[in-house]
Amino acid sequence: MSGVFRAGNTAESATTRAAATLLDMTTTDTHCPYCSLQCGMRLRTADTGAAPVEVLERPEFPVNLGALCGKGRTAAAVLRPAVRLTEPLVRDVRGGELRPASWDEALDRTVAGMSAARERYGRDAVGVFGGGGLTNEKAYLLGKFARVALRTASVDYNGRFCMSSAAAAHRRAFGIDRGLPFPMADISRTGCVILVGSNPAETMPPALRYFRELRENGGRLIVVDPRRTRTAELADLHLQPLPGGDLALALGLLHLVVADGHLDEDFIARRTTGFEAARAAAMAHWPERVERLTGVPAATLAAAVEMFTSAPEGMVLTARGPEQHSKGTDTVGAWINLCLATGRAGRPLSGYGCLTGQGNGQGGREHGQKADQLPGYRSIEDPAARAHVAAVWGVDPACLPGPGRSAYELLDALGRADGVRALLVMGSNPVVSAPRAAHVTERLRALDFLVVADPVLSETARLADVVLPSAQWAEETGTLTNLEGRVLLRRRAVDAPPGVRDDLAVLSGLAGRLGVPKGFPADPEEVFEELRRASAGGPADYAGISYARIGAEDGVFWPCPDEAHPGTPRMFLDRFATPDGRARFAAVSHRPAAEEPDAEFPLFLTTGRVVGQYQSGAQTRRVEELNRAAPGPFVELHPALAGRLGVAEGQLLAVSSRRGRAVAPARVTDAIRPDTVFMPFHWGGEGRANSVTNPALDPVSGMPEFKVCAVRVERAAAEADR
Amino acid sequence: MRAARTPSGGAVAVVGAGMAAARFAERFHALGGRGEVTLYGAEPAAPYNRVLLADVLTGRYGAESLTLPYGTAVARTGREVTAVDPGARVLRLADGTSAAYDALLLATGAEPVLPPVRGLYGPDGSPREGVHVFRTLGDCRRLAAAAAAAERAVVIGGGVLGVSAARALAVPGRGPGGLPVEIVHQAPHLAERHLDAQAAALLRHGLAALGVAVSAGSRARALRGTGRVTGVELASGRVLDADLVVLACGVRPRTGLARAAGLPVRTGIVVDDTLACAPGVYAVGDCAEHRGTAYGTALAAWDQADVLAARLSGAAPGAVYSGSRPLARLTAGPLEYAAFGETGGEGPGLDVLRLADATRGAYRKLVLRGDRLVGGILLGDPAAACALSRAYERDDPLPVDPLSLLITRGASR
Repeated sequence: MSGVFRAGNTAESATTRAAATLLDMTTTDTHCPYCSLQCGMRLRTADTGAAPVEVLERPEFPVNLGALCGKGRTAAAVLRPAVRLTEPLVRDVRGGELRPASWDEALDRTVAGMSAARERYGRDAVGVFGGGGLTNEKAYLLGKFARVALRTASVDYNGRFCMSSAAAAHRRAFGIDRGLPFPMADISRTGCVILVGSNPAETMPPALRYFRELRENGGRLIVVDPRRTRTAELADLHLQPLPGGDLALALGLLHLVVADGHLDEDFIARRTTGFEAARAAAMAHWPERVERLTGVPAATLAAAVEMFTSAPEGMVLTARGPEQHSKGTDTVGAWINLCLATGRAGRPLSGYGCLTGQGNGQGGREHGQKADQLPGYRSIEDPAARAHVAAVWGVDPACLPGPGRSAYELLDALGRADGVRALLVMGSNPVVSAPRAAHVTERLRALDFLVVADPVLSETARLADVVLPSAQWAEETGTLTNLEGRVLLRRRAVDAPPGVRDDLAVLSGLAGRLGVPKGFPADPEEVFEELRRASAGGPADYAGISYARIGAEDGVFWPCPDEAHPGTPRMFLDRFATPDGRARFAAVSHRPAAEEPDAEFPLFLTTGRVVGQYQSGAQTRRVEELNRAAPGPFVELHPALAGRLGVAEGQLLAVSSRRGRAVAPARVTDAIRPDTVFMPFHWGGEGRANSVTNPALDPVSGMPEFKVCAVRVERAAAEADR
Repeated sequence: MRAARTPSGGAVAVVGAGMAAARFAERFHALGGRGEVTLYGAEPAAPYNRVLLADVLTGRYGAESLTLPYGTAVARTGREVTAVDPGARVLRLADGTSAAYDALLLATGAEPVLPPVRGLYGPDGSPREGVHVFRTLGDCRRLAAAAAAAERAVVIGGGVLGVSAARALAVPGRGPGGLPVEIVHQAPHLAERHLDAQAAALLRHGLAALGVAVSAGSRARALRGTGRVTGVELASGRVLDADLVVLACGVRPRTGLARAAGLPVRTGIVVDDTLACAPGVYAVGDCAEHRGTAYGTALAAWDQADVLAARLSGAAPGAVYSGSRPLARLTAGPLEYAAFGETGGEGPGLDVLRLADATRGAYRKLVLRGDRLVGGILLGDPAAACALSRAYERDDPLPVDPLSLLITRGASR
C-alpha cells in the first residue's frame, strides 16, 4: 500500500519528484512527527527508500505554508539507528540487564506476562497505556486490542495529561469536542484573540504567523500567562495572573461584560441555555475580589473586556495553562461562558478553541484509547454506542468492558491489589511526563510485568521487562487529526531499520498469540477503513474520509459522515452539537488550587515547555542541534526572589514540594511573577520537574494539576555547586 | 477548640440571606455537604451582591443582575427571624411560625448607624421624607427614585460608603445622577480610618471634579424642614439646602437575636476559630466578631463562610479561621483607592515611603517594619495596589530596595 503514497498528489510535488528523480532521489509529502499543528513537510530520500532522509519545506500545505520550527527541521535525526532501538530487548531477571532478543521471544514473553497476570488477578489486571502521538490507526487498534483481545477495562493514555479538561468542557458546552471549531487561518482575520496559558512562540512556532497577521490586520491580541513569554511580548495586553487564577479571571471578565453592558442578549436568548446561573456565579466575582484572587489589577481586567468586546468578532483560545489543573474543566467552562455571553461563538471568525498539544492529541482522544470511550468519540457507557462498535468488531456488546480508571489513577494503582499487574505502554514516557513522577516510577517498578513499545530507549522503557522497538513517523503510514480537526495523512518515506516493527504489526502479533487472530490487521489503510465504519454516526464521524480524499484535499475536517460530504472546517454556525442545538453555559465558581503556598512551601511552581524540546524529550533529547539550544532543565525566577535567596544566574537551586525535589540551575528574569517559579518538564533525572508536581485530579476530566503546586526554593547544597 | 458539629444530613438554618449566607450555602453545596440548608432573609430579594449597590445607583448594574448563587439551598426571603432558641434548636419567624434545625448559622449582617442628628424622624416617628440610608437593594431603589426628582443632595458621612453614594448621585450615567452633592464629614478629612490627610486631600480634589463638595470637620446637627427635609444644619450654624439626605455613618453588627438568645456578644457575635459561638451555633460575616475584630467587609465574610462550609460539609472538618487581612477599597468610577494595615505610619521601628503626584491625583504611601510591609495607601493608581496588597496579605518579605515598590507597575502591564 505504501508505495501508492510515496509521492505527493499535487502537481508541484510531482514536479519535485521528477526533478529529484534525476538525482536518484524521491520525495514524499507528509507531516511533522511533533506537535498538534502537524506541519506539512516534504521528505527527500534516496530512491532505494533507505536513510538518510532530508526534511524540505512544503509551501503549499495550508496550515504552516512551508514554515518549520527547529524541531521539525531536525526531525530526521531521530531516524538514525544510533539513537534508537533496532532490536527487541528482554530482561531475564528483575534487576538484571536488558539483552537483545528475537521478535518471537519478545512477543511470546509479552503474552506470557499478560496471561499470567490475567490468570492470577483477572482481566482488568492487564493494562494498556497509550499516547497522543500515536496515529489514529494505532490509537484505534490499541483500544480495540484492550477491549477485544485483552477484554480489560484498564486502558487510558497520556492525553489525559494533555487536553482532557478542554475536551470535557467542550463536550459540556457544545456537545462535541473538536479543539478548534475553525481553521487556524481564521485567527488572522478575527478582531481580538484572548490566548490563555498558551505560548505558541515556543510550543508551535509556525502557528505564530496567524497571531502576527491578526495584529497586522488591525486585530488585537490579549495574552494571559503568569510569565511574560515570547508570545506575551507580542500582545497588545498581557494579563499576568497567579498560577491557578485563570478561573477567577474568566469569571471576573464575564462580570465586567455584564456590568459594562456588553452582553449579547439576542445570542444568549436564541442559542444558549443556562445563562442565569452562570451570571449569578460571575456576580460573585466582582473586580476587586478577582484582583485579590488573581493578582491582576481590576483596571487591567476592564481594559481586557473593553478590547475584547469592542472588536466585532473574537476568539478565546486556551492551552495547557488553564487546563492542567484540578479545576481545569471548570476553568475552560468559564472561558467558554465569556464567548457565549458576548455572542463570540457559533458564527464566523468567532468562538472558543483549544490549542491541542500532542501530534495526534485530537485524533488520539477520539477513537477508543480513553478509559471511558469507544471509537468515534462514543461513550463506553452508552448502550447504543456499545452495540454499534461491537457490531463492527464482530463481538457481543456484553463482552465489552465498562469504563476504567483515568491515566493517573491507573498509574497510581499499578501493582496494587485491585490495580494493573501487567502493563503495555505504547508511545508514552510517564517516568518523565506523569505528575509525582518518582511515585509513578515506583508503581511501574511494582508491576509483575512491563512491556514498552517505543522507537527509543526512553526512561520508561529502561524499566521494562520487554522493550519493543517501534517504527517512527517517516517509516509508516497513518492518519493524524490536527488541532483544527483536520484529518491528515502521514506517508511512509523510508523503510524502518531491520529489526524494527510498526506498532500495528506488534498489536497484530500479540492479538494472534492471545488467540484472537482476526480483526487486527497490520495494514494501516485496512485499519482506517474499519475505523471509518466504527466512527460512523458518532460525534467524531470519519465515515466519509478516505486516504485518497485526504491526499487530494490537503486533509478533511471531521465530522464527515459520507463520501459526498465536504467535511466541516467550521462548526456550530447553525447549531451546536447538543440535543437542543444550544450551547450550555457552565455555572462555575473559583476554587483554590489543590495545594496553595503556605509557610513551609511559600512559592508557586508552574511547569511548561521550551522551544527546543518536545514533551518528555524522548525524541528531541536525541537531536544534537536541539540539545545545544535547550541543553537541560532550569528554574526560572524573578530577580526579587533571587535576591532574597541570594542566588545568581546559573547557580543550582533545589525546588521541593511535599512530593519530591528537583535540582536545576537558576535562570533569573523579571518576566515571571516574584511569587512563582517555572520549570520546563522535558527532562528526567535530578532536574525532573514532575518529581515535584501535584497529582490532584480534576473530578471531571481526570487531569492532574501540573500547572500549580506549592514549593520551597533554596540554594542546592554547596557541594553540588562545585 | 470545639469539635465541629457536622450536620451529616441534618438541617442547617441560616438566619440571613445576604452575602455571607449565600457564600456559605454555595460552598456547602459545592463541597458535597449533605443536609438541607435554608436561608431566612428579612429582605424580599434573593441573595445579591451588596458590594455593587453604588453602581446600581449609577445604573451600571440592573438590580436583577446582582443575584448571587447559593447552591441548592432554599431561600425563604421576606421571612424575618424574630427569635432563636439554641437549646431547643428552634427559630421563630415574624409570621408566627417556627422551624426546627440541627445547626444554626447566624449571618445577620450589619445595620446602618444613625447619626445623633435632630429631625431624623417626622412628628409621627416615621423617618422623614427625603432621608435615606443606603444598605439594601430596597434602600437603593428608594434612593434612585428620590434622586430622580431631587434638586440637591447632602451625604452625611465621608467614609467609603458616603463617598461612593455621593459620586453615584453626582455622576450623570445610566442612573439618576447629575445632582449637586455635598458630603458632610465630622472628622478632619475624608475616610480618616484609611487615609492620611494628604491622600484625603487628593480624594477631595477628585470629588470636586465630579461636582461633589466636601465639608470636612463639620458635624450635622439637625435636619431642617417640616415634613420633607429641606436642609442640613451644621454645628457651625451653617445650613446646607437639600431635598435629599443620605445617612452614611457606618454600620454595626446586627446582634439583637444573638443577644436575646443569650449568645456571647461584644461588638459582634463572638466566635472562635471554628466560627462557633455556642455548641451547634455559628456566626459569619458582618455580624461576627473574631479575635476581637468585626471586619465588616465582604471578603472577610467570605473567608469565614468558606471555612465554615469546609467544616460543616465534611470536606475539611478540621479547617479553622485564623483571621483576614482586610483591604479597604474604594472603587467609585475614576476615584479609587486601596488601603491596608497601619496606614498612619507613626511609631517606633516604622519606615514610611511616600510618592505623591498631585497633578494626576496619584499617591502612594507604604509603611514598613523591617523587611515587611505593614500598611499602605494607594490612591489613584490601583494597578499598584494589587501586587502590594498581596505582599501585605501574604506577609511576604520585601525586595532589598523597597523604594522600587513605589514605582512598581504591579504584576501586569
